[in-house]
Amino acid sequence: MSQNNLYTLSVVGVVAIVTWALRALPFLVFRAGRPVPRTITYLGRVLPPAIMGMLIIYCLKAITPTAYPFGLPELIAVAITAGLHLFKRNTMLSIFGGTAAYMVLVQLVFA
Amino acid sequence: MTPSPVKTRTAPGVKTAALRAAWPKTLPVLAGYLFIGMAFGVLLTSAGWHPLWAVVMSVFIYAGSMQFVTVGMLAAGAGLPTAAAMTAMVNLRHLFYGLPMLRRFAAAGAKKIYLALGLTDETFSLLCGTRAPDGVDPGWYDFFITLLDQCYWVLGSALGAVAGSLLPFDTTGIDFAMTALFVVVFIDQLRERQNRLPAVIGLAGSAACLLLFGADGFLLPAMALMVLLLCFLRGRAIADRGEEHAP
Repeated sequence: MSQNNLYTLSVVGVVAIVTWALRALPFLVFRAGRPVPRTITYLGRVLPPAIMGMLIIYCLKAITPTAYPFGLPELIAVAITAGLHLFKRNTMLSIFGGTAAYMVLVQLVFA
Repeated sequence: MTPSPVKTRTAPGVKTAALRAAWPKTLPVLAGYLFIGMAFGVLLTSAGWHPLWAVVMSVFIYAGSMQFVTVGMLAAGAGLPTAAAMTAMVNLRHLFYGLPMLRRFAAAGAKKIYLALGLTDETFSLLCGTRAPDGVDPGWYDFFITLLDQCYWVLGSALGAVAGSLLPFDTTGIDFAMTALFVVVFIDQLRERQNRLPAVIGLAGSAACLLLFGADGFLLPAMALMVLLLCFLRGRAIADRGEEHAP
């Protein structure tokens, strides 16, 4: 068990340090008041929506469209989440509704 | 309810006023973080880890999507170089969250360190959407937004980790909460017109790279493709308008 704890600690430590480094880097490299290169400020503005799109694909990367259940639970649950959010605009409701739908789909419908 | 400006200059009053102004703004994150934090706690303990690890990870890593990925890596026995590379890729976007905050955090003194390290997707979007009201210290306002958000996240993780095994139902599929969160943030971003093209580029470009490179190797090419396409677009926009707006 202590071996397992040591392994967990080292993985958690590595993940934490890399995350901290990424978050601290802009503040270490660029000083407030001094001009940040235009390309960097531009990317800072347009990258967040692009990366959110990438993360959706990342979450769905394990689906296999060629074999049962053809990614249907994921696609249906994404559609429900998106539909809820487009019409109700309630973040909590959209996340909860979509997740509950997905759990029902993988546990009961496509079990 | 409305203390005189003279009174808010004293140190304890400054903090109280900032906390009062900050916490109503964090309510959307309270709901989201409690729920997704619980999903994370459930996932980690059901994979066989002690509930304390959920708290340790939420305090020190404090990155929602990456913590879900870390559960997968721990369960698979991934090596440390893999863990480092994976973190760099999944959290690369955090490099860009600091840029709009450079000037804003500079005035916060020592609190700047915590503000920078606690800059998650949700805290970033809250800070982008709000500013300290008049008479409230901006540094302490941003600090309490960040701190409250992390408290919700740690609390949710702890609740999920401790109570997860007591839940009277099968939790299979609860990890979809992460996907749902990204879908929700994505749709919110689509509501601003200027975000639409970058959002479509991210979604379609990543899907294309997934088909081309497969699930294990598509993240890096997808990021490279995104940056290239976005820079190309900017070049065209400048050529069209002959100007570029500073944020």
